[in-house]
Amino acid sequence: MAPHIRSSTPDAHEKLVSRYMKEIRDIAKAGLNRRELLRMGLVMGGAGAAALQGARGFKPYWAHAASGSGSGGSLEFRSPRNTPFIDPLPIPPVMRPVTLNPAPTKGTNPALSAVTGFSEATRPDHQRWEEFLPVTTYESIEKAVPHDFYPDIDGVPPSTVWTFVEPSTGNAGPLRIKARYGEPVLHRVHNALPADNGGFGINQTSTHLHNGHNASESDGGPLHFYDAGQFKDFHWPNVRAGFSKNIPESSWNGRTVPGDVRETMSFLWFHDHMHDFTAQNTYKGLASFYTLFSDDINLDTDDETTGLRLPSGEFDIPMVFADKVFDPRTGQLFFDLFNLDGILGDKDTVNGAIQPFLEVKRRKYRFRFLVGGPSRVYEFFLSNGQFFIQLSNDGNLLPRPLSRRSMRLQVAERVDVIVDFSKAGIGEKIHLQNRLEQVDGRAPTGKIIAPTNLVEFRVVGDARDDSRVPAALLDLPSRNVPIAKNRTWKFDRSGGAWSVNGKFFDPDVFSAVIRRNNAEIWTFESPGGWVHPGHPHMEEFQILDRDGKPPRIEEVSRKDMLGIGDSVFGTDNSSKARLFLQFRDWLGDYPMHCHNTVHEDHGMMILFNVVA
Amino acid sequence: MDRRHFLGVTATAALGIAALSTIPGSQDRPEKNGFATTPSEERRRNRFLNVALTTHEGREVRFYDDLIKGKTVLLNFFYTVCTAEAICPLGTANLVEVQKLLGPRVGKDIFMYSITLDPKNDTPGVLKSYAKAFGVKPGWEFLTGEKDAIERLRRNLGYVNLDPVKDKDPSQHSGMLRYGIEPLERWAGCAILSRPKWIAKYLAWVEPAGERPVSFSPESPDVVRS
Repeated sequence: MAPHIRSSTPDAHEKLVSRYMKEIRDIAKAGLNRRELLRMGLVMGGAGAAALQGARGFKPYWAHAASGSGSGGSLEFRSPRNTPFIDPLPIPPVMRPVTLNPAPTKGTNPALSAVTGFSEATRPDHQRWEEFLPVTTYESIEKAVPHDFYPDIDGVPPSTVWTFVEPSTGNAGPLRIKARYGEPVLHRVHNALPADNGGFGINQTSTHLHNGHNASESDGGPLHFYDAGQFKDFHWPNVRAGFSKNIPESSWNGRTVPGDVRETMSFLWFHDHMHDFTAQNTYKGLASFYTLFSDDINLDTDDETTGLRLPSGEFDIPMVFADKVFDPRTGQLFFDLFNLDGILGDKDTVNGAIQPFLEVKRRKYRFRFLVGGPSRVYEFFLSNGQFFIQLSNDGNLLPRPLSRRSMRLQVAERVDVIVDFSKAGIGEKIHLQNRLEQVDGRAPTGKIIAPTNLVEFRVVGDARDDSRVPAALLDLPSRNVPIAKNRTWKFDRSGGAWSVNGKFFDPDVFSAVIRRNNAEIWTFESPGGWVHPGHPHMEEFQILDRDGKPPRIEEVSRKDMLGIGDSVFGTDNSSKARLFLQFRDWLGDYPMHCHNTVHEDHGMMILFNVVA
Repeated sequence: MDRRHFLGVTATAALGIAALSTIPGSQDRPEKNGFATTPSEERRRNRFLNVALTTHEGREVRFYDDLIKGKTVLLNFFYTVCTAEAICPLGTANLVEVQKLLGPRVGKDIFMYSITLDPKNDTPGVLKSYAKAFGVKPGWEFLTGEKDAIERLRRNLGYVNLDPVKDKDPSQHSGMLRYGIEPLERWAGCAILSRPKWIAKYLAWVEPAGERPVSFSPESPDVVRS
């Protein structure tokens, strides 16, 4: 039985659509090629030949923020306007160690949580449990909470976010764990997310500690997810790579510790990694910081009077940058579920606030920048032309600090920087800015454009500063080990879908089976048209060469992210890079994937298995 | 059981944590000017176009009201004469396997939709013989409609190429399959040429009481996840 279909009267929108359709047909009829279209787009003025409007109208997504054209479905989406620099930058609360009840166990815990009544999700036994019994234990609950991205004066209602909430304090994310080498952490994560997702997301989660050198059952891989009403214990031993065989111990500053001291990490983060829903759930708020200190070797000590003497305490501030869209009718955080290319927002949040300010003293600060995704690449500048002193790449200390006017970060890349406000005047305002142009989810154009202010630093006074800018930080690990295998991973499209080496994600297939403690050379390739920030779990790598040339100075480092494809440097593409990496200590299944999380969620991923 | 216990604990512990599922703007905050609180039915409806389509059986339907609303669906775009990397014939053949795996649920609580990119040539009659040729069973509908309606629907569902020249070349079309549970607003996607077994499982994984992947154990690495 056919339902009766009414013919609706065409409204203004319908007229726009039909004009747009006519333009598409005109373009098709004229047989213009891409070059011609682009040239028209570039050279034709506002008189707006139909073809130009048509070309602009090709911006496809009805929900793409500020795309403006009303091209696709029904709505033009532009977030409600915000007043900048009203709210202070949220400082991520440091999580407090708690005593877990029941106490954590090697195998799946048989008892129910005293906090939530939840049972532990079934998981394999923790590897090397007796060797690294947890010293510091944390607990968080993933749940829905109301959150104001906008300052109160904008009158925009709070959005419902999903985030980590600490039951002992009530603090909600982004949170921060301050961990220390030699003190194994266990993080119990309860999933108390609702089935009603408010528009996007799924209440099944898997918490990945990004850059963690951890056992597969605690890696938080996409296929290790669990449901609401369960918790899972993540065992993060905070031990340096190499400890089990290759480099059982090593020394720095006269102190000897397990593993390779040159694999010491500083700045990690944890975020949800649910299969096919990483972009949605992380965008919705499931992301927090993990800063790892190395006072055991008197290096990065969380105390500016010891070790490297980096700015510490209240002067050590992590920031996650995430661009978001808000539904202009409801003011609610919005995610375009039907965008397969990559998602851009028109509001830049930092630690969950749109364009916040931070009052700073005339001294040095350590800022830790994390680009949180889903798809935007940032290039950071300071408005006064001041340089950053870059300490780390992907949160791993560089051999020595670098002076950088700007830094381009792909999704999930991290840097630690020192910004010195000691020369600033009281009352001065300095802005942290993004100046990289990006018009769609594929890749930035590479052009440096007028700035978007992300944070306003307000210089308010003086403070004692015992910190230093060290001349040297940490040597790179030796690569003088035999290479067991070379592999190539090509990030591409096949059959109109994301692929790696022309294949689609298949959970049954280990695309690499790797003998534990072996070293390999991996080549990442991309044919261009996109940028893909590739990310292997479990181990970081060193770049041997890019496009046949030695890596640039800032990439002479340990990394866990590699941008490959369009506009990696300037407006230049990088289509090929060779990486040295080892697969030490832990066994099991791990993913390697594109960290444009929209690509990741549509299968741009392989699995590898580390075997004894 | 667990949930009630949890609520009780947090409430009595007075930890200052908001209730488990908070609807912003409705309870603990005053109404803010100019912003509507959209019920989920309205939000769901707004996301999709309710364009008129015709099935391969000649049935006239509305996309949202008749095909999507309240249902668990798999959907893709295709056209019958597609020869691009053979995505469409291979994809249709792949989905036939998926339909077999999903069994009697297809047509009951899971629905499959393949929408033509070539409505001029893919008339209901053409689609019917195409479906027949592939051995498609009930519960999977092949859809055509007015050219403009199809074009708008395609864009609304993200089946677009950002390169305008490639976008108007149907042979360059997307090989993505979208799967979702519309009432729960859970939507995801995978390559239409993914192994049928995994397409069926991915769908089950997002269902509240669906099958879950077997936890891989490094102790027994030869055991596959299935």
